[in-house]
Formats: sequence, C-alpha cells, structure tokens
Amino acid sequence: MSILVNKDSRVIVQGFTGNEGTFHAQQMIEYGTNVVGGVTPGKGGSTHLDRPVFNSVQDAVREAQANVSIIFVPPAFAADAIMESAEAGIGVIVCITEGIPTKDMVKVREYIKGFNCTLIGPNCPGIITPGEAKIGIMPGFIFKKGTIGVVSKSGTLTYEAVDQLTKLGLGQSTAIGIGGDPIIGATTKEAVELFMNDPETEGIVMIGEIGGGMEAEAARWIKEHGTKPVVGFIAGQTAPAGRRMGHAGAIVGGKDDTAAAKMAIMAECGIHVVASPAEIGQKMAEVLGRMPA
Amino acid sequence: MKTPICALNWVKVSYFRVAIISHSRIKMNIHEYQAKEILKKYGVAVQEGFVAETPEQALKAAQKVKEYFQSDWCVVKAQIHAGGRGKGKIQGSEQRGVQVAKNPEQASEIAKNLLGGTLVTIQTGAAGKLVSKVLVAQDVFYPGASEPKEYYMSVLLDRATKQNVIIYTTEGGMDIEEVAEQHPEKIHKEWVNSAVGLQPFQARKIAFNLGLEGKAFKEMVTFVSAMYRAYDETDSAMFEINPVLKTSDDRIIAVDAKVNLDDNALYRHKDFMELRDLAEEDPTEVEAGKFNLNYVKLDGNVGCMVNGAGLAMATMDIIKLSGGEPANFLDVGGTANAETVENGFRIIMSDPNVKAILINIFGGIVRCDRVANGVVEAYRKIGDVQIPIIVRLQGTNAVEAKRIIDESGLKVYSAITLSEAAALVEQVLKG
Repeated sequence: MSILVNKDSRVIVQGFTGNEGTFHAQQMIEYGTNVVGGVTPGKGGSTHLDRPVFNSVQDAVREAQANVSIIFVPPAFAADAIMESAEAGIGVIVCITEGIPTKDMVKVREYIKGFNCTLIGPNCPGIITPGEAKIGIMPGFIFKKGTIGVVSKSGTLTYEAVDQLTKLGLGQSTAIGIGGDPIIGATTKEAVELFMNDPETEGIVMIGEIGGGMEAEAARWIKEHGTKPVVGFIAGQTAPAGRRMGHAGAIVGGKDDTAAAKMAIMAECGIHVVASPAEIGQKMAEVLGRMPA
Repeated sequence: MKTPICALNWVKVSYFRVAIISHSRIKMNIHEYQAKEILKKYGVAVQEGFVAETPEQALKAAQKVKEYFQSDWCVVKAQIHAGGRGKGKIQGSEQRGVQVAKNPEQASEIAKNLLGGTLVTIQTGAAGKLVSKVLVAQDVFYPGASEPKEYYMSVLLDRATKQNVIIYTTEGGMDIEEVAEQHPEKIHKEWVNSAVGLQPFQARKIAFNLGLEGKAFKEMVTFVSAMYRAYDETDSAMFEINPVLKTSDDRIIAVDAKVNLDDNALYRHKDFMELRDLAEEDPTEVEAGKFNLNYVKLDGNVGCMVNGAGLAMATMDIIKLSGGEPANFLDVGGTANAETVENGFRIIMSDPNVKAILINIFGGIVRCDRVANGVVEAYRKIGDVQIPIIVRLQGTNAVEAKRIIDESGLKVYSAITLSEAAALVEQVLKG
C-alpha cells in the first residue's frame, strides 16, 4: 500500500510543454507513472510526449479523468495553477515551483480550504510511491518498493535518507517532500498521520530542519497516537544565530524552532532521533530489527 | 488533510541570519528613510526628514526641516540595516547613532561625526556597520497640550494560522522582546482574514486597546488601515514600527520603520529593486548571489558546497560531528552546471580559514557529471590547490561523475556514502 498516490493515479502536468515540464514529465513516464496528459493554455488539442495537451485542468479532468496534478509553471502563475486544479476537482496537487510570493500562498491556502484536495509543496521535490508512481523531480532509481514512509521538508536530504534505506534493504511505501516555504500544503503531522493509518507502512522517517514548529507538532501527535516506530533527524544543528532586523518574529515565535529544541521534543515524544544525517537508515534498520548481517 | 492544523510558529529565526540558511531566500532589507517613503505613499503619517550623505547636505537638510516645521530642533539618524541605533555607538567614540540637534549647525556637526563611522549596535555584532547616509528628521517631541505617548506595532505572517497578524502594545519605544517576555498580557495580536483583509472594526479595536480617544483615536484608525494596506500591497514580509508616536497635538505618526520585502514578489515591484543597498550586505555573499549561489560565510575551517538547503545544513552538521567547524553554508541550487560550481569553488577558496572542502552533491535535478566537470575545471583553473578536497557525488549520473573525477588525475578524495565522507573529513583534519 501507499499514501496519496499509486499506480492508479491519473496524472496531468501543468506547464506540460515548457522545458522543466517536458523534462520531468518524460522522466515520470519512464518511471512508469500514469501520465494521462498535460495542460498548457492555448495549446489544447495538440499532442506532447504522445499525450494529449488540454487548455484547462477542467478539460483534463473531464476528458482524461485526471485526479493528480503536478505543477511546473513559473512562480508568477503558480498560485493560479494550484487554484485551477483545486477547482477542477483534482485530489492531490503537487507544486514543484520555487519562489512563489508568500502572499499568493496565503490566498491559495485560504482558497483550497473549500475543496477536497491535498496540496503538496510548493518548492518541494514531490511525492513517490516506488514502483507505482513518481510525481516529482526525484531520481527514481534510488527508491525501492517497501514499507518505510518518508516525510521531509528538504529535497536532496530526502534522497540521502532514501538512498540509505534502500541500501539497507528497506524499501519505501511512499516518500513525500513537503517543501520548506513559510506556507505549504500538507504538513509533517498530516503526512505522519497518513502513514500511521497505512496498513503497509511499518516505520516512518521524519526529516525536518530549523525554523517553524511543524516537527514539534508532529512529535506531540505521535506521542498521543503513534503506533509505529519513527526515526527523526533535524538539519541545522550548526546553523548560527547572528544578525537580525526587528523583533516582531521573536514575539510571535516560540522557543521550539532551533534544531536542539526540536530534537529534544522529538526524543521526549518517543521518536528515535539521530544526530548525524549519515545514521538515518541504520537507525531505522536497528529499530525494526533488520540490521543486515 | 485540508484543514490547517499545524502549529507552525512564526519563525524567530526569520530575522536571524540563519534564516538565510533555509529554503526561503533572503528577505530584502531597506533603510528607514526608504521604508518611510513607502509608508507615506500609502498615506501613513511619518516623522518627516531629508537624507544626507555629507555634513553640508545635512546642514541644508536641517535648514529645510526648520523651514517646513518651524523649529530649530531636528534629529540626526544614522541609516544602517540594523536596529538599536539610538543606544549604539560609533566605534572609537561616544557618538550615538541617533542624536537630537538644537539647530542646523549642530545637525551638520553630528552628521560629520556619524558619516564614515562604523556604528555598533546590539544587532550589528562587533564588526558594526558603516554609516554612509543620515536622515535629518523633524523633532516630533515638540511641546503641546497632550502628553506624547509611544506605541509598538508590526505586521507579519503568522505561520501557525497562515494569516497575517498585527502585533501591537502600548509599551512602545523600548525593548519589545523584554515586554513580550515579562508582560505577555500587554502584547495584543490582531489576525487578518486573508479572504477579506483588514476590517474597519479591527482597526478600531486596535485604537481602543491602545487607550485612545478623540482625534488620536481617529488618527490611529487611519494609521492602522493605511499601514496594513501598505504591507499588503507591497507584498512585504514584515513591517515593524517602533515607536508609533502620539504627538502632543494628538497626531499619530511612524517615527521609525523597518520593512522587509518578499524577494519572491519583487518581480511585481520593479521599483523596489533600486532600494537594495549592496553596501549593507556581505561582499562575498553579494558576489555569490550574482552566480545564483546561496552562500553564507561562517567562522569554521571546513568549506562545503552542497545542493539543496536541507542537505547543506545536514552537511554542516556532519562536518561538526567529524571534528571540524563549517566555514560556510553554500547551496548551489537545483540547476548547478560546471560554471556555477566553479564559481562556488572559488568563493569557498577565497576564505583563508578553509583547511578542507567537502563537496556533497546528491543528484536529482542536478546531474553529478556536470558537477564533476565543474570541480575538475575549477581545480585546473585555480591551479595551485593546497587544501584537501573531498568529493561525494551520488545520484543521477553518479558513476559517470566518479569516472570524470578519477580520470582527472586530481588529488581528491572521493566518497560514495555520507558516512565515508564524514570519515574522510575526520581523516584530513587529523592530517
């Protein structure tokens, strides 16, 4: 099993005919993802990568029964693309675009509340259910089908963790990069909850970084509701404090957002916290009693 | 999963330097006088003044202030990208960063003492910041019927609620973090619904909570509404006005203003680009920025070049755990090619404290063979590389990349796993 996406996901690419969209759509198709078409306004009716191009997400939903979308459009148009997908009834919206103005994302979050959809990102590597569907920009070959759920704020650090898991024979049920922007869709806690409820996920790797309170929130939820082992790592233990402007952030902020504070909270909540990013895979193997001989 | 239940705190670190070391890019800072220009454009009343870069200009500015405001008195304020100017001092003197002048000649004298000096405040660190501009502003504490009063007000995004929040208190003009710590009940917050924006009743609530009435009340309602509109329409990341002053004639004005703009939204505000003051930024970081490299200089001995902010921070952590100290944060981003990698390499090597370099690239979008080519080219161009280089390339085209490195004949240590890279860092540091 898996969460959010699988081999039956019918994926469309928004920004299909652009450079990024073309390159990654091709990679996704090669991986075996069921890409049913793409959207480029004005190019509807044509064909790209042997798949139909639609003028709108609504057309793609109606004509190709799309239920997942991945967005590669430039930052200025990304908020619009997310809302278009939500409105058209897409269930899982993955936004790869980096550099979307925060104000746009505040509006997007407000808008999509009214729809039954899950937004992943923006500014993220996407989501993959190994062997079934890759809806993102991650290198597919490092993943392996299995039972570990991975949720991470970072892109390449996710690959690092997955690579370690795979080399230890621990495949993944699904891996999600949720992104590190101030406003994102799915949170660490929401992903963890989905993994806890997925019968075939045995263990969860949760990777965070300094800033924000998402990891602490997830940790507290795990303490209350957790049923599976969780291995955690927080990047940024050595990131320095220093120059600052203004005080407003300090007033709204909590004390939970340094790496040390987050790691302490996570450990208190029963998460197996590793200090070194090189030990993520090994710790999971240990916890599950699957250390290779 | 659509309900925002996340208790994400607005990040304290956002205005720390660590914020730069994150997914979000630098929020552009601007000077007080520039921030006030923006506020004025949206109808926010501010303490008025004129900018000067020389004592002569300061004299003229002070004369203009005298003419406009019918007072000999004015305030000379050093323009740097840091707070705490009033208490800060110019290096090697007792000159404060903000001073009151009793006449234009004295204003010119103060400007002479400040300009060209290095102002050290609690926010600049020991190195301080060079003062190259002063704002000669009107004296706003003029005598009058009513008692002047200072408030604090800021607007920023609350990540927990995913809405903008106006923070305000009657305890203005002082250390606001101390107020928050000791008297949290005095800090008020007003969240703004992003669908409908700030409503008049909210502006009134703020004015009532600040204990205002009559003319001052009306002025505050206007002030809050205009300030929020300015924040919203400029796509800003933060506004902080401390103090907001009620003058002796019951006017409400912004005496200081700190504005952070959202870099990601600058494409909508091309005119803001010219507000950037590169002199306020670290020259190496500015140089790195030209090549689309996200670089932050640190004080350690092991340089690193990594793709992705999270992996970069994790790599810094590995360096520390291996007995070294990270010399920098450097994210080459997702589109690194031979050229950008070469530039990154040069930037790291320009730091004399660097005793070893760890290159850690996990290829997803970025192809390892391109990175390998960048390393090889840079190594050859720079020529005399005296420090050990550890290259760890993993991911897309990693095998090809390893071949390029191995066949280059360069004296580099290569690693495949992160543990191996960590062990190599430890090994080269032991020498």
